[in-house]
Order: sequence, then C-alpha cells, then structure tokens
Amino acid sequence: MGVNAMALPRSRWWRRLSVIELYLWAFRLAVVLVVVWGVVGTVRAARYSGEVWLDFVVFGFSQGAIYALIALGYTMVYGILRMINFAHGDIFMVGAYTAYYAARALDQRGIFNSRPLLSLALILVVAMVVSMVTALLVERVAYRPLRRAPRLVPLISAIGASFFLEYAVRGLYGSGFQAYPEFNVFKGEWVLFGVGILRTQAVVIVSALILMAALYLFVMRTKTGTAMRSVAEDMEVAALMGINVDRIIVITFAIGGAAAGAAGILYALVFKQVHFFMGFYPGIKAFTAAVLGGIGNIPGALLGGVALGLIESVAPILVLDGLGIVAPYQLKDVTAFIMLVMVLIFRPSGILGERLATKKA
Amino acid sequence: MKRLQIPVALTIAVLLVAAFLAPLAPAATVGPVTDPIGVVRINRGQPITIASWLVIAGPDASLGVDSNRGIEIAIADKGRVLGFPIRLIKEDSGCNAEGGVAAATKIAANKAVVAAIGSSCSSEAVPGAPILWKAGIVTVSPSNTAPKLTDPKRGPDYDGYLRTAHNDLVQGKVAAEFARKSLKVSRAATIHDGSPYAEGLANAFADNFKKLGGTITAQEAIAPTDTDMRPVLTKIAAGKPELLYFPIFIAAGGFVVRQAKEVAGFANVKLMSADGTFSPDFRKAAGDAVVGVYNSSPDLSPAVLGPGYAKFLEKHQKRYGEKPLSAFHPHAYDAAMMIFAAIEKVGKKDAAGNLYIGRKALRDALFATKNFKGLTGTLTCNQFGDCADPKIAVYVSVSADPAKWNPGTDPKKIYP
Repeated sequence: MGVNAMALPRSRWWRRLSVIELYLWAFRLAVVLVVVWGVVGTVRAARYSGEVWLDFVVFGFSQGAIYALIALGYTMVYGILRMINFAHGDIFMVGAYTAYYAARALDQRGIFNSRPLLSLALILVVAMVVSMVTALLVERVAYRPLRRAPRLVPLISAIGASFFLEYAVRGLYGSGFQAYPEFNVFKGEWVLFGVGILRTQAVVIVSALILMAALYLFVMRTKTGTAMRSVAEDMEVAALMGINVDRIIVITFAIGGAAAGAAGILYALVFKQVHFFMGFYPGIKAFTAAVLGGIGNIPGALLGGVALGLIESVAPILVLDGLGIVAPYQLKDVTAFIMLVMVLIFRPSGILGERLATKKA
Repeated sequence: MKRLQIPVALTIAVLLVAAFLAPLAPAATVGPVTDPIGVVRINRGQPITIASWLVIAGPDASLGVDSNRGIEIAIADKGRVLGFPIRLIKEDSGCNAEGGVAAATKIAANKAVVAAIGSSCSSEAVPGAPILWKAGIVTVSPSNTAPKLTDPKRGPDYDGYLRTAHNDLVQGKVAAEFARKSLKVSRAATIHDGSPYAEGLANAFADNFKKLGGTITAQEAIAPTDTDMRPVLTKIAAGKPELLYFPIFIAAGGFVVRQAKEVAGFANVKLMSADGTFSPDFRKAAGDAVVGVYNSSPDLSPAVLGPGYAKFLEKHQKRYGEKPLSAFHPHAYDAAMMIFAAIEKVGKKDAAGNLYIGRKALRDALFATKNFKGLTGTLTCNQFGDCADPKIAVYVSVSADPAKWNPGTDPKKIYP
C-alpha cells in the first residue's frame, strides 16, 4: 500500500480522501486541540509546584508497574491461545489474599518487622506459588477441555471462572475489607537525586522492573522461551517441529499466574487493603494496558501498563483541570479509556503491536 | 382460519384496552376496606409481612445488618400487631443503584408485603423507592440521609417514601460547626464519591463552612471503586487545607485514610468522615491510620437518647452478643415501630377475623405521624417524609482495634 501511495501522482492525492478519513482527521485534530488547550490552561494557571508534578508521575509509575505485571498474563495467554483470560484479574486477587494471610501470620509472630526482607521474600514466594497453582487449575478445568471449541466459548468459560474465584474467596474469607499490615522499614520516603519517593513505591517499581526483565530474558534467551514464541507464531507448525504445545501452554499460564501473584503483593503493599472483588478493576485496566501496548507483545505490556498508570495519574489534572472541569479525578477512568480509544484510532495495533498486524490475529 | 381473524383481533384489542385501563380501575374494595391503590388481605392466623431492603453483603454490610437487628428487636418488642404475628423478609440492596433496583423489584412483586423498611444508602433509594411506590408499598428508611430524597421538588414518585434518619442538611451543618468552632479550622476541602449521599453531605458541609467564615479550598470527587487516592490527595494538598471532610463509604474511605499519611502536605491535615464509615468495619479497612480520624454521626449516647435506648442496648447485647455495628439501629427500630402504629390505625378486621390494610391509607397514616415517642427522640413527619428528631455528634477514633468499637468511649464523643 505504501508503494501505491508513492506511485500516485502528487496532484491527485485528494481524490483518495474518503469522507470517513476526513472525519477521522477532523476528530484527531479536535482531540489534539482540546488536549493542548487543557494543558496550556493548567500550565498557565501554575497552581501546582514542580514537586507536586513529580509526585503525580511517581504515583503513576507505581500504579503502572502493577498494571504491567498483570497485563503480562493477559498478553502472554493471548499471544499463544488468541484468547482473553478474563479470570486473570481474580488470580491476581487470590495472590493478594494469600499475601495478606501470609503477612498477617508473619506479623503475629513478629517476624514481619524484625526481618522485613526475609518476610517480603517469603510472602512473595507463597503468593506467587498459590497464584500459579490457581492459574494452572483454571487452565486445566476451564480452558483445556475447550481448546478446540469456537473462540467465544473459552471466553465465556473465563468469565465463569472469574466469578467462581471471586465468590469462592468471598465464601472463604467474607466480604469485608481487610487492612494489610505495614512494613515499618518501608514507611516514609527515600530521597533520590533530590526527588522524594515513597519507599513502598520505590520497592514496587524496582520489584516490578526486576520481575519483568527476568521474564523478558526468559522468553528471549531460553529454549522454553523460544518454544513459547514459536507456539505463538503458529501452534500447528510448532507441534510438527516436536514442541509439546500443551506443556508450553501450561508454562505460559504458570508464568502469567506467578506474575499476577507478584502484582497482588505489590498492590497490597501500595494500597494496603484486600477485598474479594479487588481483582475486577485492575483486571480490566491491565487488559486495557495490554491492548494499549499491543496485545501479544511482552515489552508492549510493560509500556502499556506504565502509560496507563501515568495517564490515570497525570492526565485528569493536566488536561481536565485546565479545561475548568471541577473534580477531575472523578473522571479518571474516563480519561484513561478515552486515551485508549485515541491510541487505537491513531495506531490501531497498539503502541508496540506492529508484529501482530502481520501475524494471523 | 379466515373466519377467526376478526374475533381474534377484537379480543386482542379488548385485552389491550383492558390492560391500559387496569391501573385506572376504581378504588379496590376488599372486605371492609376501600382503598384507591389497593388492599392487602391477611388471613386469620397468617403473619403480617414487612420487607427490609438493606445492604447485608459487601464492604458496607455492617450498615444494613445493624439496621436489620434494630427491626428484629422492634418485632420482638412489639410481639403482635392487631393480634397478628409479624414476618420480616430481608433483601440485600448492595449500597448501589443496581442493587436497590433489584431488591425493590423483588419486594414489589410480592403482593403480601404491607410495608418496607429501607434502603441503607441513598443511591439505592433514588431508583428503588419509586419502584416500591408504584406497587403501592410505602417504605421508611432508617439510614438514607441525602437531602434530595425529601426535597420539596422530589416529585410524586417519592410519595411513598419517608425516613427516620436525619437529613444531611443537619449533619453537614453540625460537622461544619465542629470544624469551624471546635477545631478552629479556617481552610477545609471535601471529597465525595458521586453518590447522592456523599455529594449532598459534602455540599451541605461546604455551604455551612463558608457561611461560618471558612474557606473551601477544593471540592473533589472520586469513584467509589477507586483505589489510588494519592493523585487526588496531592491535588487537594496544593490548596493547603487544614481539614479534609470525606463523607464517603468504607472501601474508598479506608484508602483515603491510609494514603493520606503518605501524601506530601497532608501530615497535619485533620481527617473527618461521616456516618457512612461509622463502623468497626472501617477500622478493618483503614488499620492503624484510623486513630485520630473524626466522624460526624447520629448521637447515640444514652444521656441524649434516654433510658429507652439503654434498655435496647441490653437486648441487643443479649441477642447478638456484641455492640451495635453501625449508627442506624435505633432509627430502624423507630421505622418499624412507626409502621406498626400506622397499621394499628388503619387495619380493619372482618367477622371471620381476617385483616385488611389499605395501602394508601397506610401511607397517609405514616405521613400523619406526630409526636411519636421513639428511641431516637420525638418523631414528627413533614409532608415530604422527613420524620427524624436529629441529634448529631462528632466522634474521634481512639484506637484502631475493631474489637474495641464502643461508640461514646471509642470512638469518643467530643462534640457537642
């Protein structure tokens, strides 16, 4: 198509413009104008100091890191099975609940605050293992029997699994909110390069980055990772090449589940509350992040998660405040989803989703 | 087949006309009672059915469970109404609009229901109360406090709605007076969650605070499902308030309290919430950060409410083995007792001993309630359904332990 456009005489480029394209361009222009107007308005009002803006960015990063970890699970399962695992948000919730009970047990024995790093590692391992097992069970019970069914069927089964997990936890632990114990070492701020950053948030951002780097290396450098990528490319050909597809799918779910479990702990560290329904919204947001980054793409999930976190944290105030909208944070979710629509209009395959367009999708 | 077409079409037309006219049918007469919107007949030996639609699951469950207990104690105290036992049907309304609609629809479908008690949250009442009233069921809420529910402009859909809870115009005023006069705060900010309750109360607080000479630095809003409050708190901190009033519910309130400690500029800002978070469950959600948080809430000290309330508390302790979970159990008790008194006024029996209750008559009798001696004071209903004898106090949490929950001592009453 690119070649054709070049070949066309310059004088007649306008002939190819359809009404829809004109409309889309007008829409894009209008959006850009509104955003610029809002940003200029906010900046000119100068109501917030530089430190406040830095705080917004840091909040966005720590929220985005959690979205990114959850988004990994969506993106990997989609990459291999072409299926959205809607129970993934609840696997995250199971991880957070496990972390809560583990943390409380350690807290009661006094280990929690006397040996914080050891207990963090312990909690991390327990929650990741439990989430992984849950993810594998969901795969075994809800998806594997439907592997050859039409695409919509496992999707519905995923929603069913999601409800099952939510209400199983509600039945086991009740419907109230539980306060997560606090690490004394992680209270307060660290000052890095003159920027104050909350310790919990620093821990969250760093842990998320380490986990994601490890995962990226795993997928790119190991034999199993190569097998995963080839199954994602073409499941049948991969099977012909002697790759055990079932095993690869199980590994994918295991890794996605473990990442969700880790996200659960990080979430509990930052937000300090657990609840049986807590997986729903982060799940939806992480799914959005995966689409934003280009679903099926691992660095895309990282980028999409961070982008979404930043948009949620900064955009309401940067754009909406300048437009004179009262109480902009009520429109946080709206802002985030409008940005998603924008990205999809400007770049339908997501930020890094180029490869998918040429693949089968 | 052709011969049948005309009769069939005619029959359908007649049925359609009949269906259209049915709601306009003249007053129903059943037994000795004639009523413009319907009569409930209760056979001898059967119970009088009342329904509650309250939030009994989810993070705000303590609010509705607490009210249900008030109703149960009222039923036990009353025993029989006109010689008939009382049966209570409980529906969960979830503290959101969808839940309110679901619960109200379920109750409205049950022809045996004489009257309802609920809802818990104003957001349920806004869509739910009209559904009940269309079915001729009058409802008395023990804990809706949003001003717009009893506003003169509320419309005929709410003709069957009353409440024994205070109107938040009162609560907002007391909270503002406390902040201004007792805490000597001159700059305050508010957060609401978009629900009619929170928005109404935040506005009532802000209006009164300004009237008393204070400055409102920000009036922010969040969504009830939000978890990351840091950005909005950071934005509020930029206005340098001395106090933050957040009359929201337990989940979001817990996030606000826990995260406020970590936001730059919030270290010395006083936090104040309202009756929606006045519960031990709020301590479970907020943890240690709850110490020092103020709550405006109905004044439940026996000194103010009188000896009747002390006796009620004894019964409550005996029956449930714990302290009340929230603030509106006496209001629920009063709502039930008001309904029983109104049934006694309008219920008529026939020779066989069956009971008949006119629906509109019951509604009118409830609105006519005057000088009713209840647990929460002397109740008199106005034409818009406000019946409360409001007494609002301000409390401060002394400890973070849900087990130590004991309104009056912890949270400690500090105003008036």
